[in-house]
Amino acid sequence: MAFVRRHRGILPLALLLPGLAWLIIFFALPLYYQGKISLEVGSIFNGFHFNWHFKTYTDAWSAYRTQFLRSFWFAGLSTVLSLLIGYPLAYAIAFRAGKWRNALLLAVILPFFVTYLVRTLAWETILDDSSPLVSFLQTIHVISPHGRVLATTGSVVAGITYNFLPFMILPLYASLERIDDRLLEAGADLYGNRRSVFWKITLPLSMPGVVAGVLLTFIPAAGDFVNATLLGSPNQTMIGNVIQSRYLELNDYPTAAALSFTLMFIILVMVALWAKVAGTDALMGTEASAT
Amino acid sequence: MTTTSGTTPSVRLERVTKRFGDLTAVRELTLDIERGEFFTLLGPSGCGKTTTLRMVAGFEEPSEGQVLLDGTDVSGLPAFKRATNTVFQSYALFPHLNVEENVAFGLRRKGVARKEAARRVSEELERVGLAREAKRKPRQLSGGQQQRVALARALVNLPTVLLLDEPLGALDLKLRKGLQVELKRIQREVGITFVYVTHDQEEALTMSDRIAVMNQGVVEQVDAPEAVYDRPRTTFVAGFIGVSNLMPGVAGPVSAGATELKLDSGVTLSTPGNGYASGERVWAVVRPEKLSVALVEEPAPTGRPSVEGLVESSLYLGTATQMVVRLPDGVTMTVLVPNADETERQRLPGAGARVRLSWATDHMHVVRESQVEEPETTPQEGLSSERA
Repeated sequence: MAFVRRHRGILPLALLLPGLAWLIIFFALPLYYQGKISLEVGSIFNGFHFNWHFKTYTDAWSAYRTQFLRSFWFAGLSTVLSLLIGYPLAYAIAFRAGKWRNALLLAVILPFFVTYLVRTLAWETILDDSSPLVSFLQTIHVISPHGRVLATTGSVVAGITYNFLPFMILPLYASLERIDDRLLEAGADLYGNRRSVFWKITLPLSMPGVVAGVLLTFIPAAGDFVNATLLGSPNQTMIGNVIQSRYLELNDYPTAAALSFTLMFIILVMVALWAKVAGTDALMGTEASAT
Repeated sequence: MTTTSGTTPSVRLERVTKRFGDLTAVRELTLDIERGEFFTLLGPSGCGKTTTLRMVAGFEEPSEGQVLLDGTDVSGLPAFKRATNTVFQSYALFPHLNVEENVAFGLRRKGVARKEAARRVSEELERVGLAREAKRKPRQLSGGQQQRVALARALVNLPTVLLLDEPLGALDLKLRKGLQVELKRIQREVGITFVYVTHDQEEALTMSDRIAVMNQGVVEQVDAPEAVYDRPRTTFVAGFIGVSNLMPGVAGPVSAGATELKLDSGVTLSTPGNGYASGERVWAVVRPEKLSVALVEEPAPTGRPSVEGLVESSLYLGTATQMVVRLPDGVTMTVLVPNADETERQRLPGAGARVRLSWATDHMHVVRESQVEEPETTPQEGLSSERA
């Protein structure tokens, strides 16, 4: 203790240490090894050796461009759907729920008590060709008499949306809930009707939540493979599925690693662009409280 | 400045009651606020002053009674359709908009063209001395500047009534004094009715044309500042406005237009007022600066009522000396003696001295118990008539 007292600058560093160690051991090191593997050549039988083999990247890209684009398309669609479903819900919980607020928030988080995989399997059952829902949809002619729900783009996007919706709702709720009521009153006092108060005050002030929600939904959605596996067909294969099969089924580690790095790089670029568009202010959440 | 003139009042509250569940925040409030008047709702926190303001603004609907703006009943009219604007406590400036956009907000919503709005905004910012800060965000401004933006944002819309909810409450004393003067100047300049909510009695006395003193949802007195100060009607008003000396007593029989008043301290006085029931509990009020103090050994002044007591403490305040004197019945009286002459000040009786406090009959005022206990009496009837 005396040492810490004498060197006050040490304390923050000491507190930082566990987290830093975690980050190095479980993030930086694996990242380094993956980077190394992605540039190796060879096979599981003959062993891999490192020789700056960048061609793996270009080969992987040209072979799986479709799956990349599909992943971002599905993730984007799911993010937009989550926003459209999540915003009104978060708004209602923050402003209209009254004493039900905590109960509703709990309901939003409740699915997390069940494993991701089990939840998605439940969806598989619900959307199965022989399920009551599908036969009902067939009877009311929403889908054709022999039409399917499972193994379509719709079912995969729906699954992703369902699974990541709470990640959209929670940050939205947090930023909406922080908005000072008096700002909305001030808007009304200055001749703003409900609609213009929403567009001119509530929405801009909830932007930090929108930005955070979009990131938290889009990033995991783009790398997801569970929904495409359980709810889709080969036509819905996403990049996550490719990486998974390259790794675990084909033991083609360099290609899997190269695909992972490509995915990470694209997402980083997208996040950077999004941050620039949305503004760092919104990202840092410095604007929501009244001054 | 009476409430009985023929013109339509800017704001009229008619037997307005507001309940929140079991709590009655405002009780049967009736008030007329004249056009161009600087009207203050004064009272301690929780007295219903802010609730009253919010009902005028349209943020709350009265449980009973009516709010009239310029003679029109605005019941059920939402805030955005009312020609009132509010300066909020701690301002509620829009943090995502700059100063200019904040001030333009109301004009734009009303559909004033962009160019015209920009002209009026820059004029208004000029008036409050913030022309150079137009492009700044609220959080980049000082408290006083934010307060001016809030004022400009409301005034630029030329409301019929400007509502101010403790607008200076968040500022330090020095800044507050400066802005009080400025607010008053702006009010005279624009001639808009100001309804001002504060718990600061000094602020109310300095700025207002008339003050309504509120206590527990009821208006205890509506009067000009001097009248509220010099002729309080109730113990609450006397106690809330300034330091006051309340000497409890019992009203005696009326003789020749004067009531005999028997103080608990043993002194019997005669007061010109009547209308007190014999045996009614009343209080004699004398302001600290109206009391003269002398040692009991000195001859009693003739024609001036007086009480005797013991000096408890004497405090040098710079411009004056403040003495606390305890009367035989335990009531403490505060006496304020201006420090005009140093030798005179040196001769003032110190702690422990037996003194006689005397005052001119004119400076004594008899008040009743606060009205809160009996809500049936309609306060407004007696309240506005006393002004000479």
